Amino acid sequence: MDITSEILATKAGSGDANAFRELLERHYDLMYRVAYRTLGQQSDAEDLVQEICTSLPKKLGSFKADSKFESWLYRVVVNAGRDLMRRRGARARAADGWGDVELMQKANAIEKSENLSWLTRAMSRLSPELRETVALVLAEEMTHAQAGKALGLSEGSVSWRMSEVKKELRHMAQDEEMLQ
Amino acid sequence: MTDDLDKLAALLRDDIPPPSSNAKMAAIAAGMQAFENNSENVQGTADAARPIHNRPETARGFLEGLKHMFNKLTGRQMMLGTASFATIAVALVVSQGIDFNTGPGPIVNLGAPELGIAGNLNEQTQGTITTDDEVGYMRTEQPTDAVLATPDDADANAVASQEHKTTDNAPRLADSEDLTSGEAVPMVEEAEVVVTQELRERGAVDGLSEAPSIVAPMAVMPAAPVVDGLLSTQLDGRSVVGDTDQYYIEPTPENRDQFAGAEISSLKVTLDEPVSTFSIDVDTAAYSFVRSNLMRGYLPNPDAVRTEEMINYFSYDYPVPQAGEAPFSTSVTITDTPWNPNTQLMHIAIQGYEILAEDRPPVNLVFLIDTSGSMGQPNKLPLLIQSFRLMLSELNEHDTVAIVTYAGSAGMALEPTSAGERTKILNSLTRLSAGGSTNGQSGLQQAYALAAEMADDGDTSRVILATDGDFNVGISDPEALQAFIEEKRDTGIYLSILGFGQGNYNDALMQTLAQNGNGTAAYIDTLAEAQKVLVDQIGGALFTIAQDVKIQIEFNPSEVAEYRLIGYETRALAREDFNNDTVDAGEIGAGHSVTALYEITLAGSSAISNDPLRYGDAAPLPEGNGELAFLKLRYKNPGESTSILVTTPVMADADAGLGTEVDFAVAVAGFGQLLRGDTRLGDWSFDDVVALASTARGNDTFGYRAEFIRLVRLAETAQ
Repeated sequence: MDITSEILATKAGSGDANAFRELLERHYDLMYRVAYRTLGQQSDAEDLVQEICTSLPKKLGSFKADSKFESWLYRVVVNAGRDLMRRRGARARAADGWGDVELMQKANAIEKSENLSWLTRAMSRLSPELRETVALVLAEEMTHAQAGKALGLSEGSVSWRMSEVKKELRHMAQDEEMLQ
Repeated sequence: MTDDLDKLAALLRDDIPPPSSNAKMAAIAAGMQAFENNSENVQGTADAARPIHNRPETARGFLEGLKHMFNKLTGRQMMLGTASFATIAVALVVSQGIDFNTGPGPIVNLGAPELGIAGNLNEQTQGTITTDDEVGYMRTEQPTDAVLATPDDADANAVASQEHKTTDNAPRLADSEDLTSGEAVPMVEEAEVVVTQELRERGAVDGLSEAPSIVAPMAVMPAAPVVDGLLSTQLDGRSVVGDTDQYYIEPTPENRDQFAGAEISSLKVTLDEPVSTFSIDVDTAAYSFVRSNLMRGYLPNPDAVRTEEMINYFSYDYPVPQAGEAPFSTSVTITDTPWNPNTQLMHIAIQGYEILAEDRPPVNLVFLIDTSGSMGQPNKLPLLIQSFRLMLSELNEHDTVAIVTYAGSAGMALEPTSAGERTKILNSLTRLSAGGSTNGQSGLQQAYALAAEMADDGDTSRVILATDGDFNVGISDPEALQAFIEEKRDTGIYLSILGFGQGNYNDALMQTLAQNGNGTAAYIDTLAEAQKVLVDQIGGALFTIAQDVKIQIEFNPSEVAEYRLIGYETRALAREDFNNDTVDAGEIGAGHSVTALYEITLAGSSAISNDPLRYGDAAPLPEGNGELAFLKLRYKNPGESTSILVTTPVMADADAGLGTEVDFAVAVAGFGQLLRGDTRLGDWSFDDVVALASTARGNDTFGYRAEFIRLVRLAETAQ
C-alpha cells in the first residue's frame, strides 16, 4: 500500500472513482467494526455502513488532507450511528438505559442471563454514548485523546465515560451476584 | 474491576461476526453509484463541505449554532451549560402559562410550551445579546441575525418532536401491558436525552461540547433536590433552580401522582347528627408532600392536602400521660375561631408517652426497598439510602435488620443481620441500584415471610416499605393486597411506608396499605425530613403504644347548634363502628401527638348557617348546662383485641392551658383548609396564617415551625 488513505481521499474528493473504490475496500471492515460495536446487530451494522458508503462522496469534501483519514472516518461512522439511533426514536433509545420498558427488558435479560453472553449483557447495559466510547477505546485500542477526537469530545470526557463503563460493569457484577 | 474491563475489551475485539461478503459488495457498489452521481453533478469538484455546526468560526456561525440549540430545546427542560451563556439565559422568560396539575395527555401537550418558549426567545435575545461585552462582536450583526427562532421554526420543531413522541410510544405500549400509568415520566427523560445529544453535536458553545458527560446526567434529573426551597425562584409558574453556571427551567413532570382526596367534611346540624366519629391519623405524608410542591413553586393538588396530617406533622408541647394511666393524655380546649368571630374551635390534644431509648424492646426491621427504574432519581433511591444510614445510628446490636429489594423480581439484599454490624448493612445499602419494573406484591410477600422468620417472642416486627409508590407489576387486585396486609397485621407484623419522589407517587395506595398495616405513612422529600421521621421520632415509627384509636364526640344540641370536623375526611367512621372492636383504626406511636379540631357554632350565634325547620320537631330544647359535648375515646393496648373506653365531658370554658400550641395547630389547620379551597374561611388569607403562626412558634427546637411560616409565604406567590 504505497498510497496513503489521505492521498486516496484527496483524489477521490476531486473525482477519482478508482481512488474512491480503493478507499471503500480498505476501510469497509473498520466502518463495520465500529458500527457493529455501537449497534450490536450484524444486519444493522451492515445497513449503516452501506448508508455511510453512499453518503461518503459528498462528505469527502469536508476531509482536510492534513488530518488522518481514519480519525476522520471514525467520526463519520460515530455520527452516522448517532443519527440512526435518533431516527429510530424509542426503539434504539430503549436500549439507552432510559425508561421503564428498557429497564424491564434489562431485568428480564438478567433473569435469563444463562442464555445471553456476558458481552451482550454488558453492552446492553451501556448507553450508546458509552458503547461508542468502548468501541473506540477498548476495541480499536485508541488512546483517550484519539477517541476524544473521533467522538468530538475532550480527552477528559472520554476518561470520564470510561470510568462510567467501569462503574456499570461493577453494578452488573453485583446484580448478577445478587441473583445467584 | 480492571478485569471486567479487560474482559470487555477482549470480547469486543474477538466476538464480532464477520460482515457478509454480499453486504460488503453491495455497500461498495452503492457507494460507487453515489460517487458517480455526485461527480456528474459537480464535474469533478468536491461539494462544499457538509455544513457542520460543531466549531463555527464566525459570529454568524455562533448564532447559527445558538439558533439550532434553542430550536432543539423543549419547554420541558431548558439547560444552558456554560458561564458565557448564562448572561443570555438570565433574561430568558417563559410567559406561557401551563397548568401543571391537570395537563392533558403527554403527547397532545407538547406543542404549546415549545412554541411559547421559542416565541419568547425571539423577543428576549434581540434585546439582550447586544448588551453583553463578552460577545460584543454580535453588535455588528443585524437584529434579524440574532433572532433565534422564527415562529415557523418553532412550529416545525414542535411538530417534529410530536412525531418523535408518537413513535416512541408505540413499542412501549406493546411491551408493557401492566404499565397503565407508567408512560409519562420516562418519555420526558428520553426527550431530554435527545436534547443534550443535540446540544453536544451542534456544539453551539465550544465549552458545552467539552463537557457532555457533565451535561448529560444533569439533564435527566427531573427535579434537582431542593434542600432549601428558598433557592428556587418563582418564574411564571416554573421555578428556575441553579447556580451561577447553570440555569434551567425545571421540567414540569407529567403528573402521575394519585391521591386519596375525599370530600371536605361538611357542616353538620347538631340536632340532625349529634355524633361525630373518626379514627385518629398520625401520618405526616401530606405535609411533606405539600412542602415539596411549594418549594418547587407551585400549589399542591388540593386532593393531596389532608389537613389533619399537616397539623399532626408538628410536635406539640402537650401534657405527658402520668404513669399508670392510659398510654396517652387527652386535653380539650375551647378557643375563638380566628377566621370567624361568631364560632369557636374545639381543640382536642392527645399525647402518647415516650419510650426511652434504653428501655425499648429490640425490633426486627425488614426494609422493603423499591429499586425499580423510576427510583433512580436523586430524590428517591439515593435519598432513601442516606435516610437509612441515618436511621441505622438509632438502632443497636439487639435489633435485627434485613433488606429485601423489589424490582422486576424480588430478592433479598441483606439477610437478617444484627444492627451492630454496621459495615455489613451499609455495604449492602450502597450496593443498591435502580433498575427494572416494580413487582410490589412479591416483594411484600417476601418481606413478610422474612419478618415472620425473624420474630422472636415479644419482639416487634415491622416491614418498612420505601417506594415512590408505583406497584405496576404483579398487582392484579389491590383489595387482595390489602387483605394480605390485614392478615399479616393480625399476626403481629406491621407495615410502615416511606414515600419518595414525585410525579409517580401513589399516595392513595400508600395510605391504604399503611392504614391497614397498622403503620404510618411518611413522605421523605429531604434528608432533614428523614432525620425527623427516622431519627428524632423513631420511637413513634417503631413502637405502637395504642391501637385502633377512635374518637367519638356527641354534641349537646342545647349548646352547640352546628359543628364541623376539620380534616380527617379519609378517616371518618360510622357511628356504630366506635363500639365495634373489629373495625380497624389508627395507631399512636411512642411520643406521637394527635390533634383534632372542630369548628362549632354555639346555639344563638349569628353564624348559624341552617335555619330551624318550620315543620320539624318543635319541642323546645332543654336549657343548656354549659356542657358542649361529650368526648369518648377507644383504644386497645398493643396486641389486645378488646378496647378500653376513656370519656371526658367538654365544658364551654374548657382550657387545658396549652396556649400557643393551640394557636399553632389552628394556623396549620387554616393553611390546610386554604390549600384545599375550603369556603368556610371567609376572607382569611395566607397572611393571616403567617401572622397567627408567627406568634405561636413556641420552642421550635428543630425549626419546623419556622419552616412552616416560610412555606405559607411561598404559597402566597405560588398561586
